[in-house]
Amino acid sequence: MKQKTDYLRRTLPAVAVHAAVVLAWYLWVELGDVPQYVMPSPLDTVMSIFEEYNWLHNTLVTAGEVFFGYLLAVVVGVGMALAFSWWRMLSDTFMPLVVSLNMIPKVALGPLFIVWFSYGFFPNVIIAFSICFLPILLTTARGMSEVEPELIDLVRALRGTKWQIFTKIQLPGSLPYIFSGMKVAVVLAVAGAIVGEFIASEEGLGYLMLQVQVTLDTAAMFMAVLLITLVGVALYGLVLLLERIFVVGDSRLEAGA
Amino acid sequence: MSESFIHLNEVRKVYRTRGEEFLAVSDVTMDIDVGELVSLVGPSGCGKTTVLKILAGLHPHDGGTVRIGAGEHDFDPSRDVGMVFQASLLLKWRRIIDNVLLPAELLGLPKKESLDRARDLLHMVGLDGFEDKYPYELSGGMQQRAAIARSLVHDPKLILMDEPFGALDALTREKMNLELLRIWSESKKTIIFVTHSIPEAVLLGSRCAVLTAGPARMADHFTIDLPYPRNLDMKTHERFGVYTRRIYKLLEME
Repeated sequence: MKQKTDYLRRTLPAVAVHAAVVLAWYLWVELGDVPQYVMPSPLDTVMSIFEEYNWLHNTLVTAGEVFFGYLLAVVVGVGMALAFSWWRMLSDTFMPLVVSLNMIPKVALGPLFIVWFSYGFFPNVIIAFSICFLPILLTTARGMSEVEPELIDLVRALRGTKWQIFTKIQLPGSLPYIFSGMKVAVVLAVAGAIVGEFIASEEGLGYLMLQVQVTLDTAAMFMAVLLITLVGVALYGLVLLLERIFVVGDSRLEAGA
Repeated sequence: MSESFIHLNEVRKVYRTRGEEFLAVSDVTMDIDVGELVSLVGPSGCGKTTVLKILAGLHPHDGGTVRIGAGEHDFDPSRDVGMVFQASLLLKWRRIIDNVLLPAELLGLPKKESLDRARDLLHMVGLDGFEDKYPYELSGGMQQRAAIARSLVHDPKLILMDEPFGALDALTREKMNLELLRIWSESKKTIIFVTHSIPEAVLLGSRCAVLTAGPARMADHFTIDLPYPRNLDMKTHERFGVYTRRIYKLLEME
């Protein structure tokens, strides 16, 4: 019972603040007599969902690009971090390069990717992937290197294999790090997919935004932004859920959210 | 005369880093019988931990003889070593029982038997009812008890302890010393116990080896002829004082 009231006390202010922002937005537009093509009201925004913009299809396309780019980033990022932790030479050789690559604003590579991979669903998956995989690689590599050497001694004294060290110690031990990298990467993956759609595409919410920009249907642009955000929120929620399942309470706190 | 369980003769280890040689330990000569609790005492850098790593088969030695196992007490280096360190090194994401089971998992021992044994060991180290807790729910002393149970779960013949109580507060440490003596007498294992603490070395050991730093070598080893079961009162006995003074002298601290 007490837990429930605690939960309410913590979530209520958050809900109230969000509601207040929407209300302020509504009042500003209504009372300030702002033209709709500059700033649609919350109601106009919601109503734009009934316009014939193929919302569902475009949202699914963007969500797909985000999801597959993100999934690829997690698999490749964790895989590379593992390889780096197993072969010291690999890490010494390529880690500096990875850090340098991380400094490139990946968004700027968008036009190049279009040249290399043409445009459409797959190139956008690649852009989403490339923009979000480095943070996952870097945090995971950090997590894998945090294993106490004495714990490795303990396993090696019993002639444990590298694979056992990975599955029983390194991987579960670096999960908090992997998840903190994955949380940062969600927003990046969404940005990557949208950038791809902005540059060249025939479908997706980014594509749709450019279409309705021409007709000054600002309400639909707001709706598109809202849906893009929801795609990100859904993925973030999924990651949080997985973290809750796989990471035990104390280790979660330690690595920070 | 029957052969000793562990035979060390003139064991020596040199580390090489960036072309420079660094003597980690030398002159390690002693024989250890089955069921002994040998304390290795000395300052930092004297090579105590190196001796443990050689015994665990983690480091090759550069000179001398190391033989473990004799006659009916054969020794399989790939499964007969249990280790306890200064940090409990319990896996944060595993419940205590699953932490204790780690060595059994690594060796692929039968699950049912291992689980029964793990429960028995948790009972022996006084952690009844903590099977399903996570490490962060236990105090430092309790975590070390769990680590000791883990070192015993695969029924190894040799337990290596590297300052297992070094991070505990003084009172908990004394309590854990008595606990270890009890666990040792119940489990009848051969234990090598590394410590910085001279009173701890004397209180626990059936034998004590003294190592010095600069140069890193084993200065002496001798039997500690105090009766078992031992208790904290013995620290005030005259014979206890004789042994501690002898060690202080070897370490040139008086």
